[in-house]
Amino acid sequence: MHMLEQLVGQARGLAAGETGLTEKEGEVERILKICNACRYCEGFCAVFPAMTRRLEFGQADIHYLANLCHNCGSCLHACQYAPPHEFAVNVPQAMARVRGETYASYAWPRAFGGLYQNNGLTVALALAAGLALFLVLTLQVTGGLLHAPLAGNFYAIFPHNTLALMFGAVFGFAGLALSLGVRRFWREISPGEMSGEAGAEAAGNVLQLKYLDGGHGQGCNNADDAFTLLRRRFHHFTFYGFLLCFAATGVATLYHYLLGLPAPYALSSLPVLLGSAGGIGLLIGPAGLLWLNLKRHPLQGDAAQKPMDRGFIALLLLTSLSGLALLGLRDTAAMGLFLAVHLGVVMALFLTLPYGKFAHGIFRSASLLKWSIEKRLPNKLQLGSE
Amino acid sequence: MSDNNSTAVDVLVIGGGNAALCAALTAREAGASVLLLEAAPRAWRGGNSSHTRNLRCMHDAPQDVLTEAYPEEEFWQDLRKVTGGNTNERLARLAIRQSATCRSWMRKHGVHFQPSLSGTLQLSRTNAFFMGGGKALVNAYYRSAEALGVRIRYESPVDRVEVVDGLFRAAWVNGERIKAKSCVMAAGGFESNREWLREAWGQNADGEWPADNFAIRGTRFNQGVLLKAMQGAGADFIGDPSQSHCVAIDARAPLYDGGICTRIDCVSLGIVVNKFARRFYDEGEDFWPKRYAIWGRLVAQQPGQVGYSIIDAKAIGHFMPPVFPGARANTLEELAGQLGLDATDFVRTVADYNAGCRVGTFDHTALDDCHTAGVTPAKTHWALPLDTAPYYAYPLKPGITFTYLGLKVNEEAAVHFAGQPSRNLFVAGEMMAGNVLGQGYTAGVGMTIGTVFGRIAGAQAAAAVMQQGAEHAHA
Ligand SMILES: Cc1cc2nc3c(=O)[nH]c(=O)nc-3n(C[C@H](O)[C@H](O)[C@H](O)COP(=O)(O)OP(=O)(O)OC[C@H]3O[C@@H](n4cnc5c(N)ncnc54)[C@H](O)[C@@H]3O)c2cc1C
Ligand code: SF4
Ligand code: SF4
Repeated sequence: MHMLEQLVGQARGLAAGETGLTEKEGEVERILKICNACRYCEGFCAVFPAMTRRLEFGQADIHYLANLCHNCGSCLHACQYAPPHEFAVNVPQAMARVRGETYASYAWPRAFGGLYQNNGLTVALALAAGLALFLVLTLQVTGGLLHAPLAGNFYAIFPHNTLALMFGAVFGFAGLALSLGVRRFWREISPGEMSGEAGAEAAGNVLQLKYLDGGHGQGCNNADDAFTLLRRRFHHFTFYGFLLCFAATGVATLYHYLLGLPAPYALSSLPVLLGSAGGIGLLIGPAGLLWLNLKRHPLQGDAAQKPMDRGFIALLLLTSLSGLALLGLRDTAAMGLFLAVHLGVVMALFLTLPYGKFAHGIFRSASLLKWSIEKRLPNKLQLGSE
Repeated sequence: MSDNNSTAVDVLVIGGGNAALCAALTAREAGASVLLLEAAPRAWRGGNSSHTRNLRCMHDAPQDVLTEAYPEEEFWQDLRKVTGGNTNERLARLAIRQSATCRSWMRKHGVHFQPSLSGTLQLSRTNAFFMGGGKALVNAYYRSAEALGVRIRYESPVDRVEVVDGLFRAAWVNGERIKAKSCVMAAGGFESNREWLREAWGQNADGEWPADNFAIRGTRFNQGVLLKAMQGAGADFIGDPSQSHCVAIDARAPLYDGGICTRIDCVSLGIVVNKFARRFYDEGEDFWPKRYAIWGRLVAQQPGQVGYSIIDAKAIGHFMPPVFPGARANTLEELAGQLGLDATDFVRTVADYNAGCRVGTFDHTALDDCHTAGVTPAKTHWALPLDTAPYYAYPLKPGITFTYLGLKVNEEAAVHFAGQPSRNLFVAGEMMAGNVLGQGYTAGVGMTIGTVFGRIAGAQAAAAVMQQGAEHAHA
């Protein structure tokens, strides 16, 4: 049997070295080789059908597949080789660990990739900076944190143009950084020719969060092997809440510049309605996601990224909480204080968009688009049947 | 121990795989209180069922994930063929007919189906695949059982049963006596019991105990304790105790639970040699799915119970990817060195084979016309010379899937004693599969038998409880 041991040794050597993969990428490669010989999980999501189009898994494939994985957990609970099996197959965890690396390595500028490590700290610092900035500015403008009621006129404290410039610049930078990062990712995974059909399918998969449905529509796993649609729903609350808030700001900007209608707007106005609905979505969604995150099965996903996950969720929650509080208190003496807090939180959120959990949506969308393109190409493998 | 300090329940189900769960769910649905004893800890629950991927279903027209039709007669003929007639037609047809309808019940208990997996198109008509495989199915059944109030105990291997005059009285587990009005045994075969396998396979002419070198493809918990116990209790048996379903798998597979992924699918694309670097059987006799079970036995008959599947670069990309990388070398000598084979013998074997190849139009998806002439044994299809470096080798060893020995049953899944069916002891799954599948195998039929007879056994066990209740009321 000694030559068998030798062979096993060689197999391990092949898996570990020679390939230029990081340790975490090597683990994904090891696992995908097992999955590719097994394939039981093909029905759950796009990762496995994409895997079966490959025999070898290079770095670009691994980055693509890792970001295609939604960490739904189905293939962990269904895996006959999951720990305590000696093969120790844990697809969602291995994928999550590589995702963490990809966010950092595709960050723009590259030096900022380090912000993904200790991301909880990054978020906390951004928050502190945002709050400090606006509190100090408020102090300077009003001479104190409380002031005579201003009937909701934010611009009495911060002129509109100042705010537009500050947030426009930070948001613009976030957009630029994310685009440059995902562009490099996109080039590396060499997606192939895009078609309208593929684009529409990918957009649908993103907007519906198709792959949190478990492949059968009953949802993904969270605490155990039971399926739940809650994670998908809470994501929807969060995502569409975020979009509504964004729309509120957009409409308000149009009102301001095009129609010459400056804030404050009535409670029944479009910006306030959109913002309130969005704010409520952004309250329910992140609160639910946080609760699910706290209850998630310890083997599902990467524990080291929990601070990043929760930091981002906390920022979203604080954004909606402070925004709704501001709406409620805008006619009182505390408006300035709450305005400063809200602006500080939003600033922190924008600052960390390209260097935190938000990136997962961007990279995953890119991977989903690649999958929609790839699945329309002929399969190059002719494996025959087993 | 007196009756007072023993646990009592209506229906006791012994085992924790597909058959046991189907029985427990059905008995519970019929209103009985049910206790299920699983030998394995929770993480390893589900027996061999957690390694499965599909069940074979009869259907007269396309049905959700199943294409075309697979009528009763065709299913029956398939079974008759693979078993060489070693089957009970009444029981087989019962299983076949119920396979047409059992899936809605399975769905109700949370099982999801999907179309055949990539690489298994040949099964898309006959087999319904479980989304996520057998472990997902087992998980769903356990969830449903818990929700319905079935009591489940893990790490509870039954080591003794009390059967008096063909009636089940109690089972013993971890020193506790568990009384039940009726019982379903569904504890699998004895494939995990190395001692018993050793005895069944015996010693070969070289003094080797072949079974010592086998891998067990599934669970380590199917020790055949209940089969032994029932032998002791004088139950009627069926099937040859020395027979097991034995396939050729990667020799680096773990001792237990290697499951599906350790299969090697390139045998028909190259040659197979034993440890003396000699070929020993026609590698191209038929498509691999029809031959892998024969190769288990063939490898078991080789010295050291090992073989090496050898291919060259031309074969890469034409077979399902293996789980472990092959040995790889640019020359045959080097490959022989890596495998520990005699290089001269190995090179001669390959040269003889290469010289014998009569290459026509190679087509690995059909029984093509590439064959050998003047070589013994012949290779009758897919014979291409091994001439393109790099060369690859995959070591093979026998892997046991299941054993055939089982308890004889009737249509009620009742255990028999001297030809008489027990009134409260039933059996399902691998423990009685031999009634339908006396030898051979065809994909998915194990789960069909387990599901159909599991449900029958559960229903009968619950009915036996009601019956006893009625008798008590009369008394
Ligand atoms: C790798 C592999 C793949 C397979 N794929 C398929 C497939 O795709 N389709 C198919 O139809 N068949 C397949 N089979 C065959 C299939 O697994 C069996 O036919 C089927 O699972 C038998 O079900 P069962 O419930 O009788 O036994 P099992 O699922 O093995 O369950 C036996 C249970 O009994 C428990 N047990 C054992 N002893 C005791 C005891 N003393 N006390 C309490 N509990 C005990 C075990 O822990 C286990 O939970 C496959 C088998 C293997 C090994
Ligand atoms: S996760 Fe496990 S069960 Fe699923 S394909 Fe991979 S090895 Fe197979
Ligand atoms: S965790 Fe879910 S999304 Fe990720 S690979 Fe597994 S099944 Fe697919």
